[in-house]
Amino acid sequence: MLSIAGRTFRSRLFMGTGKFSSSALMIAALRASGSEMVTVALRRVDLNDPADDIMGALNRRRFFFLPNTSGARDAAEAVRLAHLARAAGDTNWLKLEVTPDPRTLLPDPIETLKATEILVAEGFVVLPYINADPILALRLQDVGAAAVMPLGAPIGTNQGMLTRFQVGIIIEQARVPVVVDAGLGVPSHAAEAMEMGADAVLVNTAIAVATDPVKMAKAFAVAVEAGRMAYEAGPGEKQDQARASSPDFDLNFLRDE
Amino acid sequence: MTELKIICNGESRLVSVNTTVAALIAELGLEQTQLAVELDGRVLTAEGLDNAMLTENSRLELIRFVGGG
Repeated sequence: MLSIAGRTFRSRLFMGTGKFSSSALMIAALRASGSEMVTVALRRVDLNDPADDIMGALNRRRFFFLPNTSGARDAAEAVRLAHLARAAGDTNWLKLEVTPDPRTLLPDPIETLKATEILVAEGFVVLPYINADPILALRLQDVGAAAVMPLGAPIGTNQGMLTRFQVGIIIEQARVPVVVDAGLGVPSHAAEAMEMGADAVLVNTAIAVATDPVKMAKAFAVAVEAGRMAYEAGPGEKQDQARASSPDFDLNFLRDE
Repeated sequence: MTELKIICNGESRLVSVNTTVAALIAELGLEQTQLAVELDGRVLTAEGLDNAMLTENSRLELIRFVGGG
């Protein structure tokens, strides 16, 4: 079972809650996914429509909230959002996300490291979203990150494991759980990450924008389970040359050799 | 003067003098357990909401969870 900062999770699929067309659809997709940890963002209450509270409908006992710091462009903004998340959510868990460039939404490694140090010292359980940089992952682990969340591809791109090689190194080196976050577009991408030994994956866009998000959530759940099972089963090694699966002897009855 | 001007979520708003943050939240029809509240840059605790008094030009931010990735 997956354990992060002493909390255990049966499901290795974490789900984001953004971009759903309705809260009913989001809840149905969450149920289908089997996810126990869901990411949420923080925004101003719309005072012209204060009743529009889609997260209020979620059972927090069933779905553990992992607030993110999306929108933060530097460590100071991320720390401010972390304090708000703790106040709103009664939780000290945090998906730390510092993305200064709205075009690429790639995370700033220096500000992320800085914010992690500050927030760990303040008692937060910090799960930083990072580019797939093995050295940064080690640095974050050293300063007390509870997990690392390298991207498969940029947020919302559905491109899959573009960072496969680097994520492989991160997994090999990590002493904390590795959660592949962002860019996974179809269930096979999630299965690939899990087969490589990722401890979990986080999926949002691919499920939320699917024609049938509930079915897609289920598909990701099955893929994550299959990928994990395959990792535990220990895949055979890749070979450069063909090797017959059937016996290559006792074929004399076909021809004289 | 019976009213104060404050800035709530970026917009000017008039509130009666001696309005606490908790009272304004109730007046707006919001559930305070689901909110994070920042007054002049300081995050308030649940108990703090009852004691925090709005003053002229107070800057109040009412924040809550929304769907996100």
